[in-house]
Amino acid sequence: MSSMLRLRHLALLLPLFAIGGAAADPDNYVDIVRGKALVTAGDCVACHTAPGGQPFAGGLALQTPFGTIMTANLTPDNATGLGSWSADDFARAMHEGRRPGGTYLYPAFPYPYYTNVTRGDLDAIYAYLRTLPPVENRVNRNTLPFPFNIRLSMIGWNMLFFTPGRFKADPKRSDEFNRGAYLVEGLGHCGACHTPFNAFGASRNDKFLQGNQIDNWTVPNITNDQHAGLGKWSVDEVVQYLKTGQTRTSLASGPMKDVIENSTSKMPDADLKAIAVYLKEGGSAGSPAPTPLPASDARMQVGEAIFIDTCSACHTRSGSGVEHMFPKLAGNVIATQNDPSSLIRIIIAGGRATATDSFPTSPSMPSLGYRLGDEQIAAVVTYVRNSWGNAASPVSAETVRDLRTRVTGAAD
Amino acid sequence: MVRRLQRKDVVIVGLGWTGSILAYELSHTGLDVVALERGPWRDTAADFNIGTAPDELRYAVRHDIFLRPKQDTLTMRNNPSQTALPIRKWGSFLPGNGVGGAGVHWNGQTWRFLPDDFRIRSHMIERYGEGILPEGNQIQDWPVSYDDLEPYYDKFERVAGISGKAGNIKGEIHPGGNPFEGAREHDYPTPPMKQGYQQELFTRAAANMGLHPFPRPSANLSVAYTNPYGCSMAPCTFCGFCEWFGCANYSKASPQTCILPALIREPSFEARTECEVTKVNLTVDGKTATGVTYVDAQGEEWEQPADLVLVCAYSLFNVRLLLLSGIGKPFDPASGEGVVGRNYAYQTGSGSLGFFENVKFNPFAAAGSTGVALDDYNSDNFDHGPHGFVGGASITCAHTNGRPIRYHPTPSGTPMWGSAWKKAVRDTYQRVASVGAQGSVMSYRNNYLDLDPTYKDALGRPLMRMTFDYQPNEQKMANWMADRCDEIAKAMGAKATQINRLRVPWNVVPYQTTHNTGGAVMGNDPKTSVLNRYLQSWDVPNVFVMGASAFPQNAGYNPTGTVGALTYWGLDAILNYLKSPGPLVQS
Repeated sequence: MSSMLRLRHLALLLPLFAIGGAAADPDNYVDIVRGKALVTAGDCVACHTAPGGQPFAGGLALQTPFGTIMTANLTPDNATGLGSWSADDFARAMHEGRRPGGTYLYPAFPYPYYTNVTRGDLDAIYAYLRTLPPVENRVNRNTLPFPFNIRLSMIGWNMLFFTPGRFKADPKRSDEFNRGAYLVEGLGHCGACHTPFNAFGASRNDKFLQGNQIDNWTVPNITNDQHAGLGKWSVDEVVQYLKTGQTRTSLASGPMKDVIENSTSKMPDADLKAIAVYLKEGGSAGSPAPTPLPASDARMQVGEAIFIDTCSACHTRSGSGVEHMFPKLAGNVIATQNDPSSLIRIIIAGGRATATDSFPTSPSMPSLGYRLGDEQIAAVVTYVRNSWGNAASPVSAETVRDLRTRVTGAAD
Repeated sequence: MVRRLQRKDVVIVGLGWTGSILAYELSHTGLDVVALERGPWRDTAADFNIGTAPDELRYAVRHDIFLRPKQDTLTMRNNPSQTALPIRKWGSFLPGNGVGGAGVHWNGQTWRFLPDDFRIRSHMIERYGEGILPEGNQIQDWPVSYDDLEPYYDKFERVAGISGKAGNIKGEIHPGGNPFEGAREHDYPTPPMKQGYQQELFTRAAANMGLHPFPRPSANLSVAYTNPYGCSMAPCTFCGFCEWFGCANYSKASPQTCILPALIREPSFEARTECEVTKVNLTVDGKTATGVTYVDAQGEEWEQPADLVLVCAYSLFNVRLLLLSGIGKPFDPASGEGVVGRNYAYQTGSGSLGFFENVKFNPFAAAGSTGVALDDYNSDNFDHGPHGFVGGASITCAHTNGRPIRYHPTPSGTPMWGSAWKKAVRDTYQRVASVGAQGSVMSYRNNYLDLDPTYKDALGRPLMRMTFDYQPNEQKMANWMADRCDEIAKAMGAKATQINRLRVPWNVVPYQTTHNTGGAVMGNDPKTSVLNRYLQSWDVPNVFVMGASAFPQNAGYNPTGTVGALTYWGLDAILNYLKSPGPLVQS
């Protein structure tokens, strides 16, 4: 009975593909499926979908230091999407950051990464995007304030910070490493978050993947650094994290929750392994581990008292947490990043962990900002950063206050 | 005006334990499933935040997560000669409301009924003769045996992660477990909960008396656990906020912790909350359900057509929906004919409170299902011959909480307020141990459910009327059990004890237990049952009814374990039905 229903639905949907936009080439099945996988790897849907909006129809407001940018409609709608774009137009946007007429795109659209992607992969992505139902959604693409609204200014930016050109495999490395490099440096655009920006909003190549802060979340160092990075993670743990959103010491939340749910949890294991191999073998860089604060430090003593009362029921007295549910804080790489933002904001505003098919539960951290003051949060964060073998700089009440001002009311 | 929606394969009425299990399993096969729930969506992260969940005033006193009597209530009376009046504030039992149903606020005691419970009528007659059966009884054998249900008990225990100690694995008795239980294929999925000092005293005293104490099976988990659906739970922290509360620690098995995280990922599943199903719609001949009609939160009326209707509300409201929909013949106690509303049963509570000296029981370090129990006096595990009653009780030494507002046991005769009361609370808070007997209730002609002739709900539908009292058989049984509890409390070293006998007539005001059973019972004879042995309506084969409403009478245990097992049993039947729709048993 259900198959009959399904057929009827399909019959209703089919004409939608034909009207309002360019039709997909029905003989291109292999490319379309490959393109869908690549679109997943690139997590295009994350930025190109407005809250409550149709997937890929754009309209998400990206907050940048220069103002708000609204993301483009990628559906093949002729008037408001990519319906009139050719494959060459699409490739030019991805490789050069230019629209069909030649106007400049802003690097909030991470073409400095996409320039690495092969033309074959771009054509597959293009083929897949043509199969989406066209959605009429006109997005105001000119929301930046003066002077950033002058798109020609991107000529200078590109000269300074943009190196067009395809990915070049390193013949001395394994195919797996090169596949990982291609994904991380290209479509995956991991560095767009994990690499710090310079004053012009460009990724600092000298600090590639060494950590950043996005939307008041700590974006950790994902080089192989022993202290700050993935040095203590095995390749398998990196794969497990990307696939399921968790390892024994970590549960993804914040922006990485979306990346895992929309993208990496749906990628093939071989690609995840390649990414892990690349990150683990790609070198290590980060700050040296500081000496932990002594337990006798007044901040540590206050922090410990708060931890026992408020945190230890779930995270346990020894900081070992509960597998799949409450992150282990001992040895937790987020807890000991230089930037303590995630620890602070998750105490203030709470959060939820990633839900994947492997682990659908998505446990929550309650918001405690309503009953812990800035001094108290600073103390407990300092305690977590310097207990059970952890070592990281202490956190001041001012840092907590600043972050509280920025995230209060933030729902996540 | 009723507007008709697009047809679904399956419509589920109520999204508690039974509804969410069936919704997950059926949508997972690709069927289009919609669940209609009259209460709100409830989720651990959003609704049972650790910062706000342990709020005794909000939940235990003001009943925040229970059905509001203004939404729906019942009228009640003790016997057919009385005029029933509406329950305007819940007391004796507390129906759930919202996604998760009563599975949100339960304590988590998860039992298997004993093999004899399933054929109690035949068994009692075989051993003691007809004369043992009480006057006016309608006790009947279940149409399924313990062995039929064993794999399904096992499945539910694995989904819920139950913590316990097996007493009988494949016929081999394991010391420390319940030697009376039916043979199990597997041990419990997680080890038993840690017990408190009073449970230690109970265990020692009971063992010395030749009884067989064991840690009772608990849905508050002893260790972290990930169930077959991939849903993860954390170990219980003994916060003592289980019954009447949602668990903030992901430690209590509930639809929220065990099923919903997986269910909401199913693309062919849809839940509509704050939608009250008003009736199951039937074809003109009354032999096929065409779907349901419901009213949404805005008061709009909708018709949801569906090929299969699964009635998964709370047991009492399952019965009411059948009565309102005209599915099955209503029971008439005068003629003894009809089936819907027949064999409503409940649970007895009796026991002994022991007052100790020089102890600190720390009742605040508790969980809803910690406790040590014994089954020596349950079912027919003892000789009923000298006692002249049918049934039995599980006897347990437990403390589920030491919460500040409502937990202040005092010796009888203590004033209800003032300095003497305060002193008594101070003196006894740490020194009281309860030994309680949770007993079976048999089914009788005069204990039944029907539609009230006078009172209506906000939508103009008649309220359901409950006619119930504890019969002499139950009084005799429960009071005999109270004496057994008292013996144990004394053997534990109590300096004084206070026996709590069964309160009669049954009174709807004080809280007793939310173990309402029967009214839409399963059986082998359509003259004495609403459902066949597959929980399928005899009259309308595309309607299945889940829950404790199917129990022919109630046993001396909490019902949820058996409700869970019956749900998985029913699921297999539904999957068979879908291959070839029609009655699974010819009437």
